[in-house]
Amino acid sequence: MKQWWKSGAPWIWLNGGAVTISMVMVFGLITLILVRGFSAFWPHPVLQTTYTQPGEAQFEILGTLRRSQLFTAEAMRDAGLDIPQEQSLVERHLIKMGNRDVTSRDFGFFVADFMTPWSYPRDATVLERREWGDFVGFPVRLLEDGGTVATGEAVWPEFKTRLTRSNALYDEIRQIERVDIGRINFAIERVRLDRRRAILRDSLTAELDAELAERRAALDADYAVLEARLNELYQDAARDSIVMRVADGREVTVRLADIVKAWQPNNMSVFQKVWFYIVDFKDFIFGYPREANTEGGIFPAIFGTVVMVLVMSIIVTPFGILAAIYLREYAKQGPLLRTVRISVYNLAGVPSIVFGVFGLGFFVYFMGGAIDRTFYPEALPAPTFGTPGLFWASLTLALLTLPVVIVSTEEGLARIPSTLREGSLALGATKGETLWKVVVPLATPAMMTGLILAIARAAGEVAPLMLVGVVKLAPTLPIDGNFPFIHLERKIMHLGFHIYDVGFQSPHAEAAEQLVYATALILVLLIVMLNLTAITIRNHLREKFRAESD
Amino acid sequence: MSTPATEQPLSSGSLLPDTERRLKLRKVRALRDGLSLYGVGGGGIGVIIALGLIFVYLFYETFPMLKPASVALDTQFEVPWADDGQNTLHLTLDRFETIGARFADSGEITVFAAGTGAVRERIQVPVPEGTEITAFGRGENRRSLFVYGFSDGSVLPISVEYPQSFATGVREISVELSYPLGEAPIRLGDDEISEFSALTVIQGRTGFIVAGGTEAGELDMALFATRTNLMTGQTQVTRSDYRLPSLGRPIRQILVNETLRNVFVIDERGRLFNFDIVDRNNPSLIEEVRLVDDGVEVTAAEFLVGSRSLIVGGSDGSVRQWFLVRDEETNTPRITMIRSFRQHPAAITFIDPEYIRKGFLVGDASGTVGLHYATSNVTLAMKPVVEGAITRLAIGPNNSRALIEGEDATRLQVLKIDNPHPQTSLSGLWGRVWYEGRSEPEFIWQSSSADDAFEAKFSIVPLSVGTLKAALFAMLLATPLAIMGAIYTAYFMSPRIRRVVKPSIELMEALPTVILGFLAGIWLAPYVENNLPILITGAILFPSLILAAAFGWSRLPAEVRRFVPDGWEAALLVPVVLFTGWIVVTSSPWIEVWFFDGSMRQWFSDVGIPYDQRNALIVGMAMGFAVIPTIFSIAEDAVFNVPKHLTMGSLALGATPWQTVMGVVLLTASPGIFSAIMIGFGRAVGETMIVLMASGNSPVLNFNLFEGMRTLAANIAVELPETDVGSTHFRVLFLSALVLLVFTFLLNTAAEIVRQRLRKRYASL
Repeated sequence: MKQWWKSGAPWIWLNGGAVTISMVMVFGLITLILVRGFSAFWPHPVLQTTYTQPGEAQFEILGTLRRSQLFTAEAMRDAGLDIPQEQSLVERHLIKMGNRDVTSRDFGFFVADFMTPWSYPRDATVLERREWGDFVGFPVRLLEDGGTVATGEAVWPEFKTRLTRSNALYDEIRQIERVDIGRINFAIERVRLDRRRAILRDSLTAELDAELAERRAALDADYAVLEARLNELYQDAARDSIVMRVADGREVTVRLADIVKAWQPNNMSVFQKVWFYIVDFKDFIFGYPREANTEGGIFPAIFGTVVMVLVMSIIVTPFGILAAIYLREYAKQGPLLRTVRISVYNLAGVPSIVFGVFGLGFFVYFMGGAIDRTFYPEALPAPTFGTPGLFWASLTLALLTLPVVIVSTEEGLARIPSTLREGSLALGATKGETLWKVVVPLATPAMMTGLILAIARAAGEVAPLMLVGVVKLAPTLPIDGNFPFIHLERKIMHLGFHIYDVGFQSPHAEAAEQLVYATALILVLLIVMLNLTAITIRNHLREKFRAESD
Repeated sequence: MSTPATEQPLSSGSLLPDTERRLKLRKVRALRDGLSLYGVGGGGIGVIIALGLIFVYLFYETFPMLKPASVALDTQFEVPWADDGQNTLHLTLDRFETIGARFADSGEITVFAAGTGAVRERIQVPVPEGTEITAFGRGENRRSLFVYGFSDGSVLPISVEYPQSFATGVREISVELSYPLGEAPIRLGDDEISEFSALTVIQGRTGFIVAGGTEAGELDMALFATRTNLMTGQTQVTRSDYRLPSLGRPIRQILVNETLRNVFVIDERGRLFNFDIVDRNNPSLIEEVRLVDDGVEVTAAEFLVGSRSLIVGGSDGSVRQWFLVRDEETNTPRITMIRSFRQHPAAITFIDPEYIRKGFLVGDASGTVGLHYATSNVTLAMKPVVEGAITRLAIGPNNSRALIEGEDATRLQVLKIDNPHPQTSLSGLWGRVWYEGRSEPEFIWQSSSADDAFEAKFSIVPLSVGTLKAALFAMLLATPLAIMGAIYTAYFMSPRIRRVVKPSIELMEALPTVILGFLAGIWLAPYVENNLPILITGAILFPSLILAAAFGWSRLPAEVRRFVPDGWEAALLVPVVLFTGWIVVTSSPWIEVWFFDGSMRQWFSDVGIPYDQRNALIVGMAMGFAVIPTIFSIAEDAVFNVPKHLTMGSLALGATPWQTVMGVVLLTASPGIFSAIMIGFGRAVGETMIVLMASGNSPVLNFNLFEGMRTLAANIAVELPETDVGSTHFRVLFLSALVLLVFTFLLNTAAEIVRQRLRKRYASL
C-alpha cells in the first residue's frame, strides 16, 4: 500500500478520474438534452387515477406523467402535507392535466401514496388547442351547428374527418391573414410613405396626390374582398364542435376550429406513435409559435437564426480573409505588426456582450440614426434602421467572429510551404499572382474552417443579440414576397434567445419546458454539426499538408 | 491568345506574344499586382481599424461623464418690472426654459421671455380685499406649488402650470394658475389672526399640508386630504388640523416632507425642531438639533427633490446636507448630518434644488453661485456672477438654464448651465455613498425605480464583486478538473483515446452558453436545492472511490492487468464514476433523513445559512463547465509540447512517471498552464447568459456560496435595452462594458505573451 502510494500511481489515477468526470459530464449533458428534447413529441399515455389527500376533497386526475421525484417525508411535511410519521421517503409525480381554462390547474404535483392504482382508459383523448394549451378528456358527442351528429363509438372517426376539414379551413384563413393581408398592409404603408416623402420634398402635385389616393383606394377594395372571404371562412370553421367529458365528469364543448390536432395515446400502436412523433416533430420545426411562444413550432426562430448567420457570413468572409492576407502576406513583419496581431487575436476573448454594447451604440444609434435621417426621412419619427434589426445583428456578429476567421485563415496561409511561393516567384509571377493563383487556393480549406467555426460561434451567441435585433416575437419573417424581398431592417427571432425567453420569461414555464428542451436540442444539433464539419476539415487538411511538406 | 503568323513570324517558333503586347500585358499585370496590394492593404487595415473602433467608441461614449460641468453667464437684461416698486417673492422657469415668471409681493405674476425679458402676460393672484401679502412659501419645485399668506392671517395655495398648444403649428406655451384647494383663502389654526413669518405647502400621496409659523413661535398646520371621485372626476377635500406646541421663539422656516409624517421647524438661531406628526392630535417633538456651527445662523434651507434631504446654508457660507436616519436602538428616525459641500465665500442667501435630480444651485452674499450635487458629494462649479449679493435663483427643470436676481433688482442674469452627468464622480462609482434613507454609507446598485424623486444608485462595486465572485467559483471548479485532465490526457493517455477525448472536450467549448444557463437555471438549480447532500457526498465519494478502484486494480493479478495497456486508466474509470454518481444521487434523501432531520434545506435555515435557489454554486458549476474546455485545451497543448527528450531523460535517470510529471513536465509547462487559467478566467468574467439565467441577478455584495449575484455583463444585458440614450445610466453601462473590455483584453494579452515566450523556450530546448 505504502509503496503503491509512493509510486505516484494514485495521482495518475486521480488525474485520469478528472478526464473521466469531464467526459461523463459532457456526454451526460448531451444525453440529457437528447432525451428530454426528443421525448417532447412522443404521445405519452394518459393515466387516470383518484387522488385523496388527507384533509382535502377527492380529486380525479386525468393526464400524462411528466416526471417523478423522490423526496424526504420531512420536506413534504414542511410543505404542509400530512405524511405518516413512520414513512421517511415520499415519491411525488408531476402530472400534466391540461384544461387550463376549465380547472386553472394544468400541472400538479401529486404524492404517489395518495393515489389509487393508475388505469389507462382507451378513449382518453388529448386535444392540442390553439389557445389555452392541451385539453384532456373523453369524447362524448359531436355537434354540427349545435345539433348532435354522432355519439359514443362513432364520435372519434367522424371527429377526425371533420378535424381535417376544419384544419384545411384554418390553413386558408392563415394564408389570407398572414400573406395576402400582410401584402396589402405593406403596400398601404408604402403609399403612405410615398405621400409623406413627396410632402417632405415639396413635390406633392395634385396629380401625384390623386394617383396615390387611387392606389390607396384600390388596395382598400382588395382588402374588403379579402375581409369578406375571411368572414365566410370563419363562419364555416365555426360549424363543428365536440363535447368532451373532463376528469371530474363535467362536459365541456370545444370548437373544432380551436383544435390543432387530436390523439388517443392509449389507443395507438407503436407504429402509429412513431408516425405521430414524426409528424409532431415536423410541425415543431416548420410551425409558428403560439401562446407567447410556449406552444407550436419554432420555424421563425430557425429561419431568423439561419438568415442572420448567412448575412453575417457574407460580411465576415471577405473582410476576414482580406485582413488575414494583409497581415500575413503584405504587412511589414515587425513589433508593430506583432502587437496588432496579438490584439486582433485577443478580441476573440473579449466578452460578447461588449460587442453587443458597441453594436447598439455605434451601429444602431449612430449609423442607423444617420441612415434614417438621410434615406428614410419620410418614416420618421418611426425608425427604420435606427432601431435594432437583422442587419445590425449580423454586423455585430461579423465583428465578433472576425478574429476567428482571421486566425484560421492566417494559420492556413502559414501552412503553405514557402517552396511553393518561391517556385511561383522564380517562374516570374508577380506577388499578386503568386498570392491569388497559388497561395490562396491552397488556403481555401482553412478559410472554410474559419468560416464554419465563425458560424458555429455566431449561431450559439445570444447576449449581444439581445441588444441589437433579436426579439421574442417577430410579426414577419425577414424574407418574404414583398419587394425588396430581404428586409434587413426587420427584427428577427433566434433559437438561443427563444430558449432564454421561453424558459425564463414565459407565464407557463412548466408547459413550455419540453418545448425549450426541444429547441435546445435543435440548436445543439446545428452547432455540433457545424463544428464537426470544421474539425474534420481541419484534421484532413493538417494531414494533407504535413504529407506534402515532408 | 493566337498570334497571327502572317504579321510577324517568330524566329524561334516561340508562342510568346510580340513585344508590344508583352509590354501591354506587363502593364496589366503590374496594375493587377498594385490593385491586389492596395486592395488587400486597404481592406486589411480597414478591418483592423474597425476592430480598434470598439475601444475608441466605448471611450467616446463614456468620456462625457468625465467632462466637468460648466456654468456661464449667458445674457442679462433690464427687467420690465424695474420701477413698479414691488419686491420679488419668487422666480421660476417653465419646463422648456424659454419663459420665466416673477412673483411680486402685490400678487402679480409677470410672465416674460427668459432670453430677453419681454413681458408676455401679467396675471393677478386674488388678494382678499383690505389685505396685503405678508408671507410666501413654496412646495417642491417639480410640483410648482406655492402659498401666499395675507395680512388677515389667511393663506392661499396656488399651482402654476405651463400648458402648451400647437394651434399655429409652433409650440406655444402659456401660463395658467390653478387652485388645488379652492380659490377662497383658507384660515389656518384658530380664529386668532396671526401673521406668518414662515409658510409652506407640500403635496403628498394622500393630500396637501399647509403650515405656517409666526414670530411668536406659534405653529398652525392643516392636512387637506384629497380624494378624486373616479366617476365624476371631482375632488373632495377633507380638512384636519394639527395641534403643535408653541416654540416660543421666532420661526424662520417650516419644512414638511412628502410622506406627511415629519415637520422640521427652523428658528432664528439655527436650530431645527423635528416633529413626528403621524398622530395628528398628539405630535411629538423628537429632537432639537443645531444645524450650523456656534455663532452661525441658518440663512437658507431647502428640501432636495423628494423632500428627503435638507440642504442647509449658513451665514458662514457652509452648505450641508441632512436627512432622517433611523436610529438603531430606538428605531426612531433622527435628523443626521450626512455631508458638507465646498464652503462659499460669503453667507448663503438662496438655495434652489433641481427638479428631477439630487443637485442644487446655491447663491451667496458675495454674488457667487455654486452648483452642487448631493449623491456624489461634489461641487461641480463655483463662480462669481453678479456684483453684490444674490437674492433669488431659479434653476430650470432641464438643468440647463437659471435666472439670477442680485441686489441690483433692476437687472436679471441668465445663466447657462451644462451639467449632464453630475453623479459619476470616481467616489460615486467606486466608493461608499450615504444614500437617502440609508443608515450608513454603502455600495449599492439600483439604477431605476417607479418614483420620480428616486435617488439613482450607481455603485459599480457590487457588480464588480459579483463578477469576480461568479468567476472565482467557476474557476474553483474548473481549474483542478481541467488541469488534471490536461496533464493526464497529454502525458499518460494512450494516443487512441486521446484522439477521441480531446475533440470531445473541445466540442464542449462550442456548446452555446444559453443552453448551459438554461439547464443550470431550470434543471440543476431546483435539483440541487432538493438534493443538497449530493454536494457533500459528491466531494467525498468521487476522489475516494476512484482511489479505491485504483488500489483494487493494482492488487489484481498481473495477467488480468495485462489485458488493459497503460494509458487506459480513464476508460477503466468510466464505470466507477457512473457508479459513484448513482450512489451520490440515490443516497441523497437517505442522508437527509439520517443526518439532517429529513430536510437539509430546512437545516440550512435552522443553522442560519441563507440559501437562494439560483446561487453562486449553481453559476460556478455551469460556468465551470463552460470554462473547462478553454483551460483544458490550452493547458493540454502546453503539456503535450514539452520536448520529449526532457521527459525521456528524467525517466532514464530513474524517476517514476509521476515524479517526471511533477519535476519536469509541470515545471516546464507551468507558464502555459498559467496562461490557460488566465484565459479561462477572462472567459468567466465576461460570460453573460449563464449568469443571467442561473444567478437570480440580485446585486448583493458578498461572497456567500449559496447566494446569488449580478455581474457586469448580465447587468448590461438586463438594463441597456431599457435605458435612455445618452443618460447617465446609459453611460455608466458603457463604462462597465469598457471595464470588461479592458480587463479581459489585458488578461488575454498577458496570457498570449506568456505563451509566446514559452513557445520560444520550447524551440530553444
